[in-house]
Amino acid sequence: MKIAYLTLLLLPFSVIAADADYKLVIKEHRFQPQELNIPAGKKIKLLIENQDATAEEFESHALNREKLIAGNGTAIIYVGPLQLGRYPFYGEFNEATAQGVLVVR
Amino acid sequence: MFGTAIIVFREVLEAAIIIGIVSAATREVLGRTRWLVAGLLAGLIGSGVVAASTDVIASFASGVGQELFNAIVLGIAVLMLAWHNIWMSSHGAELAHKARSVGANIRERRSECSILMVVVGLAVLREGSETVLFLYGIAASEGGGAQAMLFGGLIGTLAGVVVGYTIYAGLLRIPMRWFFAVTSALVLLLAAGMASTAAHFLIQADLIPALASPLWDTSVALSEDGLSGRLLHSLIGYDAHPAGMQVIFYITVLAVIGLGMKLAGKTRKPIQITGTT
Repeated sequence: MKIAYLTLLLLPFSVIAADADYKLVIKEHRFQPQELNIPAGKKIKLLIENQDATAEEFESHALNREKLIAGNGTAIIYVGPLQLGRYPFYGEFNEATAQGVLVVR
Repeated sequence: MFGTAIIVFREVLEAAIIIGIVSAATREVLGRTRWLVAGLLAGLIGSGVVAASTDVIASFASGVGQELFNAIVLGIAVLMLAWHNIWMSSHGAELAHKARSVGANIRERRSECSILMVVVGLAVLREGSETVLFLYGIAASEGGGAQAMLFGGLIGTLAGVVVGYTIYAGLLRIPMRWFFAVTSALVLLLAAGMASTAAHFLIQADLIPALASPLWDTSVALSEDGLSGRLLHSLIGYDAHPAGMQVIFYITVLAVIGLGMKLAGKTRKPIQITGTT
């Protein structure tokens, strides 16, 4: 625990870069847009902005990604390169409403 | 309330499985319960701290602090489990025969205790911080959500503990002859699974290449959403669509610890078999 924190402190930290390729917004426990189109065979940088006051966990087994996003916080996730298809994702803490799909064309 | 219980159960499950296996594997260690409880408490306190600083952790290292944090936590746990298994191969059998009577090597046993504490603490820390955030969200958003949170949280935790305890009690029933073989195999797979998950976080942070992504897809045959998929994920690191790099991490850790155990086992002193008691 201590070691982990110390190591983290040693890392150069900077503000989250704003030049993400794609953006998702979480509002009232829903993703906006619910369908996001991305190109095939390319690695993309996805910025997720949580406008709710409570935390959410972005989760997708299809994409093999999971990430906590603090309330009123942002997170960056790298995705791909992916093959053509539909890759569902959801917010684990509000699965009933927080559903979305990444469509690779 | 029911939905809350299920999500809490999912989070608690992985930590419970790890604790169940590690507790069984260290059954010969004296004063083990105290260390286990210490690890549990440290993990719970740490969960609160990590949950409260989610935003701070996330903003480290250009926004991939959370992935790094998880990978480091998992990496430490892998090292600890490796050390445990390698040490057990050289001393374990000896310990099983002598430990109860002879004071044996107290210093060595103390290091076993601290390993137990760290592994338990880290397992609780990783899953606990997510649970804290989730429950906090429920308590904060819904009207009268505090009660649902409390009951759901309690039921979910209890169900997770039952699974962990079942694994522990089941392992203790294994005859002593096979006990070390079985528990070391489980600890070995646990460590390899953690290494694969650590690789998963490093890939997500774009710090290491994914290589083939995914290398295969078995989500139709055995989804990670289901209970058996989740159990297998916690136990042996099952992943329905792993990246090539995850498989490399998995196999490497399996091979390195396995080799270490084999080499350590060779240096073991011959044991006097005293017959069945």
